[in-house]
Amino acid sequence: MDYSRKPAARARISKLLEFWNGIASRDRGGARLLAVLAAVAIASPILNQVVPPSSGLHLSAFGITLIGKYLCFGMLALAIDLIWGYCGILSLGHAAFFSLGGYAMGMYLMRQIGPRGVYGNPVLPDFMVFLNWKSLPWFWYGFNHFPFALVMIGLAPGLLALVFGWLAFRSRVTGVYFSIITQALTYALMLGFFRNDMGFGGNNGFTDFKDILGFDLHSDGTHVVLLVVTAVALAASYLACRLIVESRAGRVMCAIRDAESRTRFLGYPVESYKLWLFVFSAVVAGIAGALYVPQIGIINPSEFAPINSIEAVIWVAVGGRGTLYGAIVGAVVVNYAKTYLTGAFPEVWLYALGALFVLVTLFLPSGITGLQPAWRKNK
Amino acid sequence: MSVRNKRLYLEDLTVSFDGFKALNNLTLYVEPGELLCIIGPNGAGKTTMMDVITGKTRPNSGTAWFGDEIDLLKLSEAEIVAAGIGRKFQKPTVFEQLTVFENLELALAGTRSFLKTLRARITASQQRRIEEVLNIIGLSGQSGATARILSHGQKQWLEIGMLLMQNPELLLVDEPVAGMTPHEIERTTELLLSLAGEHSIVVVEHDMSFVRSIARRVTVLHEGQVIAEGDMDKVQKDPRVIEVYLGV
Repeated sequence: MDYSRKPAARARISKLLEFWNGIASRDRGGARLLAVLAAVAIASPILNQVVPPSSGLHLSAFGITLIGKYLCFGMLALAIDLIWGYCGILSLGHAAFFSLGGYAMGMYLMRQIGPRGVYGNPVLPDFMVFLNWKSLPWFWYGFNHFPFALVMIGLAPGLLALVFGWLAFRSRVTGVYFSIITQALTYALMLGFFRNDMGFGGNNGFTDFKDILGFDLHSDGTHVVLLVVTAVALAASYLACRLIVESRAGRVMCAIRDAESRTRFLGYPVESYKLWLFVFSAVVAGIAGALYVPQIGIINPSEFAPINSIEAVIWVAVGGRGTLYGAIVGAVVVNYAKTYLTGAFPEVWLYALGALFVLVTLFLPSGITGLQPAWRKNK
Repeated sequence: MSVRNKRLYLEDLTVSFDGFKALNNLTLYVEPGELLCIIGPNGAGKTTMMDVITGKTRPNSGTAWFGDEIDLLKLSEAEIVAAGIGRKFQKPTVFEQLTVFENLELALAGTRSFLKTLRARITASQQRRIEEVLNIIGLSGQSGATARILSHGQKQWLEIGMLLMQNPELLLVDEPVAGMTPHEIERTTELLLSLAGEHSIVVVEHDMSFVRSIARRVTVLHEGQVIAEGDMDKVQKDPRVIEVYLGV
């Protein structure tokens, strides 16, 4: 036996603990967020699977899906906050990356249906049969394999962000002009995906999914697992973003946000920083979209609607820009309010959202999470 | 004329913007370790000259050499910075949300690419260098403070400190004491004097008493040309300088 490894392992564990304590003391909000995510990942399965439906504590399948949806939106908000809060890049087109990730997952789920579709075609999804298509378009190849779909979930939004970002940043398109062209991007994609001959199901998109990796998408168990996977993915994305903003590169990002030309003058390739971050952020948004689709059970072109991207930015502003965890809190709080209001008073939701944004901008410039430290300081 | 062993040679530089000659056959030398002050009325070409040296503006004709080896007109802005020319702009631009220490950290000579800064750690020697510069600029006590809360003068010193992090051989300093309190001006004078010798410094300034207190040599620009050179007393007695400044 090699005993010399034991102290090394112990040292590694204590180093890991030190790292965690460091994060926890520097980033209390983040530590709390991770604790809540862990609690959700542990409690939700128990409350759904173990606690009997007759009990008041039982968490329904609907509740599971709702929480999973909020966490996906939290991940989208996180991706936006990384580039907006820390690097000053305001993307009003992030729903496009979210949707592309969702479509990539949707294509896998469509191929999984196989001969169980209405038309019973073993290869072609129903909408293609309906359109009288005889063979599978080339860009659908490979989507019957899950690993291929996984790669595409990152690649599709990442590649679009790379090309789009390269063109925009290289021409030094910044500020509001960048925001406007990202709106145009998502709008153009929406119009494209609405067309039947694009091969993505037109305005119906994809739905009627049967199973994922062989697990029935209509069973509570699958949804519980998807929720846990989403919570873990969100925690991992959060840590990755936190590592980026705490590195020297993170300080360069803040420098770019506050004085871009000064940063360039110090010799930093500002455009390449922006491009890397934009691509990373798009990939995170894409993963969020891919987790969203199997839980919600549908993806269609309305996900690309410009309003969706704007709403996501509002989540970040409401939660607290430039904190990372605030973005997630904002996404959950605003979407909970949306679920409630669209149920109780459907016609007031958009007004409420607008009012919320105005109020937060006026009275809470650092968002909901910004409230708490000020409160503490006063004590 | 001797063209050897100077830190900077500018010869016959002409820059014209739509027929207006911002620089008109400007010839100017900077000695190693010298502190040279450049004065002149508005529109004399001081900023244009700085722009040419830092590669922001390309001259229509003339030459600009950094030492005997480096042709500045062939280098990009970033390459000129890397070659050892640091410029401090008129308006202090430090990174307001970062701490004084972090501001200096970003100015460290060395790695600049995203993937490398993602993993960069401060080495012991870099730590020492940052502390050294904090000492020079007198901000050791504010190391952890956010740059936003610094006074105007302290921001100017921090920016000079950021230039020093890159160990430039030539420092271009644009109006360092504009808007400073008398006490801050005094500290700035000390700071620049302590840096001369190790670095060549070119200061563009309007404040005559400040120029008098630091300059060993003064160059007066007017309409893109040098009209007088020498120590402050000599320059102030020059009839052309009096005419240009007082309009007599």
